[in-house]
Amino acid sequence: MATVLSIEEMCWGDVGLLLTMPRQGLGNSAIASVATEEQLKKYGGKWAAMAITEPESGSDSASIRTTAVLDEKTGEYVLNGEKIYVTSGERADLVVVWASLDRDIGRAAIKSFIVERSNPGMKLDRLEHKLGIRASDTAAFRLEDCRVPKDALLGNPEIDTKAGFGGVMKTFDNTRPLVAAMAIGVGRACLDETRKLLKKAGVEVDHVAPAYTQHAAAARLQQMEADWEAARLMALHAAWMADNKQPNSVQASMSKAKAGRVCTEIALGCVELAGTLGYGEVELLEKWSRDVKILDIFEGTQQIQLLIIARQLLGKSSAELK
Amino acid sequence: MTTADKSMGLALRAVRTLAESDLLDRVGLRKQVEKALYNGTRDGFRVAGAAGRTFAAAQKLGRPARQKKTKPRELFDVTPDEDQQMLVEVTKQFAAEAVRPVAQEADHHSETPKELLEQAAELGVTILGVPESLGGVVAERSAVTSVLIAEALAHGDIGIAVSILAPGAVPTALGLWGDAEQQAKYLPAFTEDNAPAAALAIVEPRPLFNPLKLDTTAKKDGTGFVLNGVKSMVPRAKDDELFIVAAELDGSGPALFLVESKTEGVFTEPEPAMGLRAAETGRLILENVKVPALALLGGGDLAVYEECIHRSRIAWCALATGAAQAALDYLIPYVNTREAFGEPISHRQSVAFMISDIGIETDAMRLLTYRAASRADMGRTFAREAALARRLCADKGMKIGSDSVQLLGGHGYIKEHPAERWYRDLRAVGVMEGALLV
Ligand SMILES: Cc1cc2nc3c(=O)[nH]c(=O)nc-3n(C[C@H](O)[C@H](O)[C@H](O)COP(=O)(O)OP(=O)(O)OC[C@H]3O[C@@H](n4cnc5c(N)ncnc54)[C@H](O)[C@@H]3O)c2cc1C
Repeated sequence: MATVLSIEEMCWGDVGLLLTMPRQGLGNSAIASVATEEQLKKYGGKWAAMAITEPESGSDSASIRTTAVLDEKTGEYVLNGEKIYVTSGERADLVVVWASLDRDIGRAAIKSFIVERSNPGMKLDRLEHKLGIRASDTAAFRLEDCRVPKDALLGNPEIDTKAGFGGVMKTFDNTRPLVAAMAIGVGRACLDETRKLLKKAGVEVDHVAPAYTQHAAAARLQQMEADWEAARLMALHAAWMADNKQPNSVQASMSKAKAGRVCTEIALGCVELAGTLGYGEVELLEKWSRDVKILDIFEGTQQIQLLIIARQLLGKSSAELK
Repeated sequence: MTTADKSMGLALRAVRTLAESDLLDRVGLRKQVEKALYNGTRDGFRVAGAAGRTFAAAQKLGRPARQKKTKPRELFDVTPDEDQQMLVEVTKQFAAEAVRPVAQEADHHSETPKELLEQAAELGVTILGVPESLGGVVAERSAVTSVLIAEALAHGDIGIAVSILAPGAVPTALGLWGDAEQQAKYLPAFTEDNAPAAALAIVEPRPLFNPLKLDTTAKKDGTGFVLNGVKSMVPRAKDDELFIVAAELDGSGPALFLVESKTEGVFTEPEPAMGLRAAETGRLILENVKVPALALLGGGDLAVYEECIHRSRIAWCALATGAAQAALDYLIPYVNTREAFGEPISHRQSVAFMISDIGIETDAMRLLTYRAASRADMGRTFAREAALARRLCADKGMKIGSDSVQLLGGHGYIKEHPAERWYRDLRAVGVMEGALLV
C-alpha cells in the first residue's frame, strides 16, 4: 500500500524518471519474492533489471527460447539467447534473465537466473528509441555462452510440472498494482494541469449540477475524474489485500487493466481539451500522453490482463481460453 | 387497493391491449387510439392523492432526535463490520429467496406484492434512518449500511428494491434534518405496523433537469406556503401518504417541503416507464397546495438540500452496483454452459473479455459508491465523490445492462431472463434524482 502511494506521487512527477531510479526495478521484485537467505545477502541492495521478453516472445512468455544448460564440470549454468526491451538494462547492476532448462517441457522448465551486468557473456546490443519514458533506458542483450554460478538460479532448481508457472507469475500479482499506480500518478498530473487550464478558460466542474447542464469540457473532465478515482481505489484495494495476505490476483489484474486504459484515455483527452496548448511541447500534457501508453503494455498488456481476469472469473484454464 | 384503483388499473390494461392489437392498423384507427391512450393516461387516470392517515404528534421532544454518527473509521475500509455483515446477509437472502423469484411478475404487473413489502418492513430496512428514541432500530446513522442494504436488495431486483426502499427516504430525511415538531408528528407512523408509503419527489419531467433549478415553486402565504408544480417518477405515487417535495422557495433557492397526500390540490397519475415498473412510478401534481410553516424541512437551508441530492445519488449508485453484480453472477454460468461452434461461448475472447470488463467496472462502481458513502459518514465533504460515483455508475451500469442482453443473444431479449430488465432498470441511474436516500 505504501509503495502504491509513493509510486503514484513519484509518477505525478515523472514515470520515466521513476523507472530509472535504482533498486525499484521489476528484477528487484522478483528477487524479493523468491530469493533464498544467501541470495538475498548476496544480491540485496543491488539494482536488478528484468529480462523476459524476446524478439519472438512477448505476451506468451512461456514460449521463450533462451536456454540454460547446466555444465556439470564447472557447476555453472550456460545461457544462450536474445533478450529485448529490458528496462534499465544498461544501468542496472544485475539482470534477472528468464531461460528454459528444457524447451520440450514448457513452462515448468522456465527458471530465472541472476546475471551480473558485467558478465562478459551478456552483450548489450542496442538501446531503443521510444514513444515516451525516454528518461528510462530500454536495452537489448545477446546471451552468448553466458556462464553464471549455480546459485544464480532463483527459487527451486527442480522442474516441477505440477507447480507449473504459478510461482513465477506470483511476482506479477504484487507488481501489477504498482504499474497501475504509475498510470494513476500520470493521470492525476494530467487532470490537475487540465483543471488549471480550463479554469483559466472559464470552465470549472460543478459537482452538484448534472453533467449535461454544464460545459461539454466540464462534463468530460468529470467523467475522466470518475474513471481515475475508480482506478485509484482499485489499485489501493488490490494492494491492501496483498498487505492483508488475501489472494488478490483478480484485483491486481483488474487494477492494472482499469488504470492502464483509463489513464491513457485521460492523458489523450486532456491534450484534446487543452487544444494546441496541450499538443505542443510548452506544457507537459503531450509528454504525459506519450509516457502513459507503456503502462497499458508492459507487465502484461490490456488484453492479457483481461485474459487473466476472465480465466479466473469463468474458471477456465489457459488451454480452454487462449 | 381501493375499488376505484382497481378499476382504473383494469381500464388502463384494457386500453393498452387495444393499442397493442394489430386490428387497429388494419382499420386505420391507430393514430386516434394512440392519442386517446395518451390523453387517457394523462388526464383520465389522474386521481387525488391517497386518502392517507392523519399524522398526529404522539409526544413532543424538546429537541430533534438525531442518530449518532457512525464511529468514524480511521481509514477508508471496505470490510463491513459485524452488524453490517449480519444485516447484509439477511437482506441478501431475502433478495435471493423472496425478491428475485417474483421480480418478473412484479415488473409485468407493475406492482410489488404487498406481502413482500410487509416482509421487507419487518427486516427494518426502511427505518434505518429513524433515531432510536423515536422507535428506530439502529443507533447510528450510517450511509454505508444503507448502501450495503440497497446493493443487496438490487441484486434481487432494482424495481422491487426501489419499491421497498423509497418510503424509507422520508423518515431518513426527517431523522437527518427534521425539527422536533416534524419528527414528533411524522416519524412514529413509520415505525408502526402498516407504515405509510411515502416518497422523496425531486425530479421533474423535462430534458436537462437540474435539481438546483426547479420549476416547482413554493410561495410564502401567511405563515405557510403554496406549492405548484409537477414531479416525475415518484415511486408508488398513488399509495404515498406523505411526500417530501423539492420546490423553489420564493426565488431564494430550492428547498424541501413535507406534503401530506390528502392535502387539497395534491394529485397523482401513473407514469409508467421503461423500467422500475415494480415501483409503480407516477407523477405528483401540485395545484395550489397549501402547507403550514411546519412543512419546510431543514429550514430551507441550501446545504441541506444539496446534501439530500448527494445522498440520493449514492443510493442510486448502490442499486446500480447490486444489479451489475447480479448480472455478472448470472452471466458467468450462462456463457460457460451455452455452446456455439462446438464449445462454450466463454472460450471466445470477445465473450470472455466482456465478462472481464463487467467484473472490472462492477468493482469500480462499488468502490466509488462505498467511498462516497464512507465520506458522508466521516462528516467530510462528499459532493465530488457522489457526483463521480453517479457518473461512473450511470455510464458503466448502462453498459453492463446492455452487454448482459448482448451476451445472452436473442435469449437476452426475452423476458424469461432478467437481462432485459437490467437493461431497462439500469437506464434509470443516469436519469433519476431523489426518490432514495442513504
Ligand atoms: C518501454 C518498454 C519497456 C519494457 N520493459 C520490459 C522489461 O523490463 N522486461 C521485460 O521482460 N519486458 C519488457 N518489456 C516488454 C513488454 O513486457 C512486452 O512488449 C509486452 O509484454 C508485450 O509483448 P510483445 O511486445 O511481444 O507483444 P505481443 O505479445 O506480440 O502482442 C501484440 C498484441 O497482441 C495482443 N495479444 C497477444 N496475445 C494475446 C492473446 N492471447 N489474446 C489476446 N490478445 C493477445 C497483445 O495484447 C498486443 O496487443 C518492455 C517493453 C517496452 C516497450
